[in-house]
Amino acid sequence: MTTLNSHCCKLCRHSLDEPCPDRVECRMQGPLCHDSEECTQRIRAAVAVVRRENRTKPLVFVGAGTCGLGAGAGQTIAAIERELADRDIDTDVIRVGCVGLCSAEPLVEIALPGGPRVAFANVSADVVPRLLDETLAGHPPADLTLGQSRADGIEPVAGVPFLDEHPFFAPQTRWVLPNCGVIDPASIDEYIAGGGYRAFAETLRTRTPAEVCDTVIESGLRGRGGGGFPTGRKWHFALGAPSDRKYLVCNADEGDPGAFMDRAVIEGDPHRLLEGMAIAAYAIGARHAYIYIRAEYPLAIERLRIAIDQATEYGLLGFNILDSGFNLDIRIKTGAGAFVCGEETALIHSIEGKRGMPRPRPPYPATNGLFGKPTVINNVETLANVPGVLRNGAKWFASVGTDGSKGTKVFALSGKVARTGLVEVAMGTTVRQIVFDIGGGIPEGRTYKAVQIGGPSGGCIPEQHLDIDIDYDSLKTVGAMMGSGGLVVMDDKNCMVDVAKFFMGFIQRESCGKCIPCREGTRQMLQILESLTRPHRDETGDDALRRFQGVLNIERLARVIKDTSLCGLGQTAPNPVLSTLRYFRDEYEQHIYERTCPAGACTTLLRYRIDADKCRGCTVCARKCPTDAIMGAVRSPHYIVPEKCIGCGTCVDVCKFDAVIKE
Amino acid sequence: MTSKPDEREKARDMTITVNNRTIDITEGETILTALRREGIHVPTLCNVEGLAPTGACRLCVVEVDGCPGLVPSCSMPVSDGMRIQTHSARAIEARRTIVELLLADHPDDCLYCPRNGSCQLQALAEELGIRQRRHDTPKTPCLLDTSSPSIVRDPAKCILCGKCVRVCEEIQDVAAIDFIGRGSQTRIGTAFDHGLNVSSCINCGQCILVCPTGALREQDSVDAVMNALRDPDKIVVAQHAPSISVTLGEAFGLKPGADVDGQMVAALRRMGFDRVFDTSFTADLTIMEEASELVHRISTGGTLPMMTSCSPGWIKFVEQHHPEFMANLSTCKSPQQMMGAIIKTWYAERHGIDPSRIYSVSIMPCTAKKFEAERPEMTHDGMPDIDAVLTTRELARMITMHGLDLRDMEPDTPDTPFGERSTAGKLFGATGGVMEAAVRTAYHLLTGEELAELKIDALRGLAGVRGGTVTIGDTQVNVAVATGLANARRLLEDIKSGRTDLHFVEVMTCPGGCIAGGGQPIGTDIDAVRARMKALYRIDARGGRRRTSHTNQQVKQLYTEFLGAPLGHRSHELLHTHYTERT
Repeated sequence: MTTLNSHCCKLCRHSLDEPCPDRVECRMQGPLCHDSEECTQRIRAAVAVVRRENRTKPLVFVGAGTCGLGAGAGQTIAAIERELADRDIDTDVIRVGCVGLCSAEPLVEIALPGGPRVAFANVSADVVPRLLDETLAGHPPADLTLGQSRADGIEPVAGVPFLDEHPFFAPQTRWVLPNCGVIDPASIDEYIAGGGYRAFAETLRTRTPAEVCDTVIESGLRGRGGGGFPTGRKWHFALGAPSDRKYLVCNADEGDPGAFMDRAVIEGDPHRLLEGMAIAAYAIGARHAYIYIRAEYPLAIERLRIAIDQATEYGLLGFNILDSGFNLDIRIKTGAGAFVCGEETALIHSIEGKRGMPRPRPPYPATNGLFGKPTVINNVETLANVPGVLRNGAKWFASVGTDGSKGTKVFALSGKVARTGLVEVAMGTTVRQIVFDIGGGIPEGRTYKAVQIGGPSGGCIPEQHLDIDIDYDSLKTVGAMMGSGGLVVMDDKNCMVDVAKFFMGFIQRESCGKCIPCREGTRQMLQILESLTRPHRDETGDDALRRFQGVLNIERLARVIKDTSLCGLGQTAPNPVLSTLRYFRDEYEQHIYERTCPAGACTTLLRYRIDADKCRGCTVCARKCPTDAIMGAVRSPHYIVPEKCIGCGTCVDVCKFDAVIKE
Repeated sequence: MTSKPDEREKARDMTITVNNRTIDITEGETILTALRREGIHVPTLCNVEGLAPTGACRLCVVEVDGCPGLVPSCSMPVSDGMRIQTHSARAIEARRTIVELLLADHPDDCLYCPRNGSCQLQALAEELGIRQRRHDTPKTPCLLDTSSPSIVRDPAKCILCGKCVRVCEEIQDVAAIDFIGRGSQTRIGTAFDHGLNVSSCINCGQCILVCPTGALREQDSVDAVMNALRDPDKIVVAQHAPSISVTLGEAFGLKPGADVDGQMVAALRRMGFDRVFDTSFTADLTIMEEASELVHRISTGGTLPMMTSCSPGWIKFVEQHHPEFMANLSTCKSPQQMMGAIIKTWYAERHGIDPSRIYSVSIMPCTAKKFEAERPEMTHDGMPDIDAVLTTRELARMITMHGLDLRDMEPDTPDTPFGERSTAGKLFGATGGVMEAAVRTAYHLLTGEELAELKIDALRGLAGVRGGTVTIGDTQVNVAVATGLANARRLLEDIKSGRTDLHFVEVMTCPGGCIAGGGQPIGTDIDAVRARMKALYRIDARGGRRRTSHTNQQVKQLYTEFLGAPLGHRSHELLHTHYTERT
């Protein structure tokens, strides 16, 4: 099979032993080392095949990232293949990554010969026959259609909206995600055909490591993992650190609840990450790189393995890359599931085979990191931005965004919002645009309460700050932070005490246990929050006293934990509590003094009673009650024994007469 | 050379301001080092002198101008012009809160705790004036680990400072314990959370010395010894190790290194011990056997280098981690076990005592000795050679319990015949001492003469690995001394990778030797160890004609009357042992 790595003729001398510096450009526009019309045609033909130009058969693309597979893409693919075989139609079914609109998964795109790709939403296995029948007949089913893609020289399908005009996609600026859900992530050729690895090849040929660092500094790219440290400056420190060995580490230990940006990038476009890493390694003088990725991402790991093998086979990784004298070896290290290993010094310990526990900085990894050597640790999204910066220039990158925050940011949008998924917006976009324009607002006619940004380290943004810009610095002014990109939308049925308790529970479990304020302080904070939602019937007089005592302590605890914890995990651990306290103090007070949960989310604080007028005495509630708290004779009104009730709400769910009242 | 004064000038120029006072600093040092030099106290719980800071306890936090959070002074390097407040309201609030948080999950049973009065957490609570139970929440349930013959672990009292883990891994290279679990479920445990007795623990007790609370302590044998003392049928015999006399005084407020040999003997008698012997006697005996074994190995092409066998932690370490070196270990029992063996055989026979009536107690600087005494090889006719081992700390407790104060005791002398010792035997208490004593006697055995200079400087001091060459007649004997098992491991690795010059190697498990053993008084620091070492050297310098083991008259008599010659049949039966692989 002809690939972009095939030689055009005997004159092409590129091999792993004798690499050609112009290899990447040559495969797209070549041949460059000799003139031959025949070779030019051959190369053009190979590129056309990779780009799927001049198709004679229909193509089916299925979003088969982890999110797609979770939504049933596996069954959809099986159904498509079965139906196509039954109809004896020759097609290619291509598994692509996630295009971003997770709430529309399983997502299928079909391109007929000569026609554009048309995307369909919610294609479960049972609608596949109808979808294929109608689409192959030239009448894509309107109820499933999401939109069509634009492509040069291809006539659009009449009556089908364009995907880039869809409200989910229109406000986005997709610099990191353009290939996700579009190209086959298992094909290096598709990445190269889209201009991939050119930035790396040019960098090797034309720039010194210091120039690369300068370009990245000039671009204003800041770390996308949450901290926001200027990436180029970090590289510069490592470049200047004298050492016989340096390391580049890609941090793909994405652990925030509700965050899946890195997973989607790796699953959908792994070569973009590898190219970014290759440039970064060159810039700091590292010959060895690690990708530290959580073991809970098997598909991403698989895609990375394939991508590393391909890039090595093409001579884009390994020894004397493109005859530049630069060598790079990239290894995958899977994490064992500790949240704290996303912290850079804990991550270093974990790669070294030690328990993942942070250590004090300084010394910073840039001078004393992995195995004691200068090490740069960058997040997946940061590195995925690098090829774009080098290809299009620092000015291009800096042209988008705010004063302090340049480029774009990818968010994982989830929670109480109509359209969930992965969105990439220009810095400076407002939270309101993300939630209401891209996300489509709050479903089921409920009202917006807050969005939790930045995961367990972040904070919440209430209604009054919805127009705040996505920007590292402005988010801090409202007690939140950029974080790695989790955005969880909450409506009026979400209780903010409950949210704070959730995050505190998470941090408390995931603390490494090393420093006292984080280990013991988060435990105490969690216990205080738990006491707020402890049901009245389980509370003794002492407990009530402790509840008030806890409330008096919580702010002091939060202050000390922030002030003294060893690593970022601890220093930011109180943020969810401080942030919810700042904007929703009244909700806390209702829990503390009234012993009620205004949102109705803290079931333990609810009290139930049976309306004797409505109750028919059917006994269903009494039989379903797990604690036998409901008494009453058949066909006469029942009643609830409050001392026995655990507030689970089963009786409300099972009552056919709406006789159980929650208050 | 010319640039040096400039550098010094520059260093003198660098200053920081602490609590509005300007102090000089040296580039590269941490804030804590600078503060301590200036006598400014900030508390610490996790700092271990000589090991890299881990920044776990956060008690040493100070306020530094320009830093958003509080800064751990143990790990933050100073920089010129830094402005620091060590005791601002914010720093004190942080420290108090941290101690309150620790106390929230700490059992309040100080009155029952062996560290009552020497507990750092207790001291901190007092220092910071903690008077309120601010976080009154249920304590984490914990199980006591009493499985080890040497060490008791009480995880309920553990504050997870991690010092034990670091000492075990970094100083001893054993790594028997580590952090397990996450978050508030974090605890210190062994591999697979099994008992310490089946772990790779070598029982050295260095973890106890660094533990700030009562979470680690020795297996207490005081009650067993008291019961024996009360039993009229028992003849209770004590032996005390060479280092005890220079460390016990510290428990009674004396300066480190004060020699309380005679007072200790008097105290032991007052408490009811029937005989008091000096383990230094069997140290001399060990030298006779070991030096003979060395001469034998060298002359017959035996396994070299020969390695000492008096330190039971080291023995378990070899059996467990380096069984390939078991043939290198001298087959000599340790002085404790030699003494135990001859008390219940020759001594009992000579004095017409039924050995089953003898209750043999050894007083040791060491927790591993408790393990050694329980080894199945260390029995004779089904009877253990040693019945109970007391550490220095336990002896101090026992003396106090009897209402005695060492400072008031009239010195007494030990019993014959095992009370006589050379000062070479006494040197066993410090690292390098066994080697020095052995070289003195080996010289005599091979040449028939005495070394001109008995003090061998190359073997003295506290460096982790030392060594040199001793010329004995025509023979060049290359010797090495290692102290602390991480240092010993490095030496073993050297030998494995081809180092062949060595004839004799002394290894002491604890860094500094028995004077810094795991059974010594709590609060042992490097200055105390130095003072104790000096005391032993001083005793040796004043030894007169009793500075070599072969001049010990009672040892000579023992050979004449009973043992015959070193390495003879009886020696082999009573004074030598064998080793078991534990991998």
